Amino acid sequence: MDTGIRLALTLSQIGAVMVAVLLTVAALTLLERKVLGWMQDRMGPMEVGPYGILQPVADGLKLFFKEDIIPAGANKFMFSMAPVLSLVPALIGFAVIPFGPDWTVDVGGVNFKPFVITDINIGVLYILAFASIGAYGIILGGWSSNSKYSLLGGLRSAAQLISYELNVGLSLVGVLLLSSSLSLVTITNAQAGGFWNWYFFGGGGFPQAVAFVVFIISAVAETNRTPFDLPEAESELVAGFFTEYSGMRFAFFFLAEYGNMILVSCVATVLFFGGWHPPYPGTLMEYIGLGHLIWLEGIMWFVLKVAFFLFLFFWLRATLPRLRYDQLMRFGWKVLLPIALGNIVLTSIVAYLFPGN
Amino acid sequence: MGTIVFFYFASVIVVTAALVVALRSPVFSALALLVMFFHVAGLFVTLHAEFLAVIQILVYAGAILVLYLFVVMLLNLKGEVRFHHQLTVGLFLGCMVFAEAVLLVIKGEFSLGMNLPDTREQAQLTQGNTESIGELLYSTYLFPFEIASLILLVAMVGAVILTKKGILEAKS
Repeated sequence: MDTGIRLALTLSQIGAVMVAVLLTVAALTLLERKVLGWMQDRMGPMEVGPYGILQPVADGLKLFFKEDIIPAGANKFMFSMAPVLSLVPALIGFAVIPFGPDWTVDVGGVNFKPFVITDINIGVLYILAFASIGAYGIILGGWSSNSKYSLLGGLRSAAQLISYELNVGLSLVGVLLLSSSLSLVTITNAQAGGFWNWYFFGGGGFPQAVAFVVFIISAVAETNRTPFDLPEAESELVAGFFTEYSGMRFAFFFLAEYGNMILVSCVATVLFFGGWHPPYPGTLMEYIGLGHLIWLEGIMWFVLKVAFFLFLFFWLRATLPRLRYDQLMRFGWKVLLPIALGNIVLTSIVAYLFPGN
Repeated sequence: MGTIVFFYFASVIVVTAALVVALRSPVFSALALLVMFFHVAGLFVTLHAEFLAVIQILVYAGAILVLYLFVVMLLNLKGEVRFHHQLTVGLFLGCMVFAEAVLLVIKGEFSLGMNLPDTREQAQLTQGNTESIGELLYSTYLFPFEIASLILLVAMVGAVILTKKGILEAKS
């Protein structure tokens, strides 16, 4: 009985999170074009529905009904596996993201946390591990297409992901040192009570602002977004690793890219900007006498912060030109890596000299 | 239940490990290795070593195997390039290892990994296993840990010298 309730609760929670993520992806595809449009002084999509808001539906329908082409000489098994291998790691990471207060609710004798699917004590490593698995979809997609452009895109992507994965991991070590935990829930709770407690602004003793900059640059590189979109550089490689893909398989790669963007924004929010905690001590809802709605305020702040980082992705895309391949490698290994290592050394010195600050 | 799960993971590990050497296409070999890494991680999870499980995926599946694939795709190996002339050496080593394993099982030192509950409970009761691994590495196993990092440093210096070789010779 207990197992049944737990299973039902967890499954509905997973379903809710997946629906939220996929709806956000749909909204992002439109918002990206709108934001790019505004920044380039044009309107963006305007045709489908009032003000173009039905564009994602039209795009989805188009991709769904498009002919599914497998190129001649392609490895069929790998060709079909690659989009799945790319999408699953992008979605699976949301399992450990706490998006609301750390409450435990008692439902029919089962302890249930409504605002995080599972709080495992190695949450950060879990996300990093599955982010690194996402590379397989891209590499195998590029290899199995039996096309020069795809293969080059896949190879570039492999080199890029290996180089920048390291920086993502190392830039998070400072936060982990200060919070002395790998659980995202514990890390969020350590940042309660105002924005000065967020790790970005110096909560825990040493500001992680530098680490955050390293993290966000490496994260942009990991998600293959401009200015690091060499694996799909359209002026050189047609469309990179997914040149040969069409229809739903192409849509899977697309979903994976946007899912990864949302995941990275969630991680940045949780680790550096206090997660669902508002930037002031206490909560406004309690102040105006709506104590039972605290969770709504928490989720609202979480969504706002994530939305800001998603906007940052569009902003970067509209602002910066693409890097050259050798610049990309040199920047990752000779600039970001030493900065991340230096941050770890400084943070550990501070954490050692002023423990429990 | 635990035994069924163990035998599932163990059998998949054995089969995929055999496939890694038996498959003709190097890319498929690498994929079989990927499946194997995931099942080894699963085995770690059943032993309540979540930290090791995730590190297994992060390091081996996420970094090292991606590098393998990168090299395999870059070299574009043909399926026919195989190493059959090492068959005798392989057979000899395989027999040795198998004999050792049989001996150990007969002597009762390892009874299929089923006699581990005490350490498992210990790790769970005192602290998370991330903390316990960290403490062990920096106290009991400090010396082997440092040796391992020294070996990695030697490998790094070696790699730098190997790649710089042409440049140094051109200068002198």
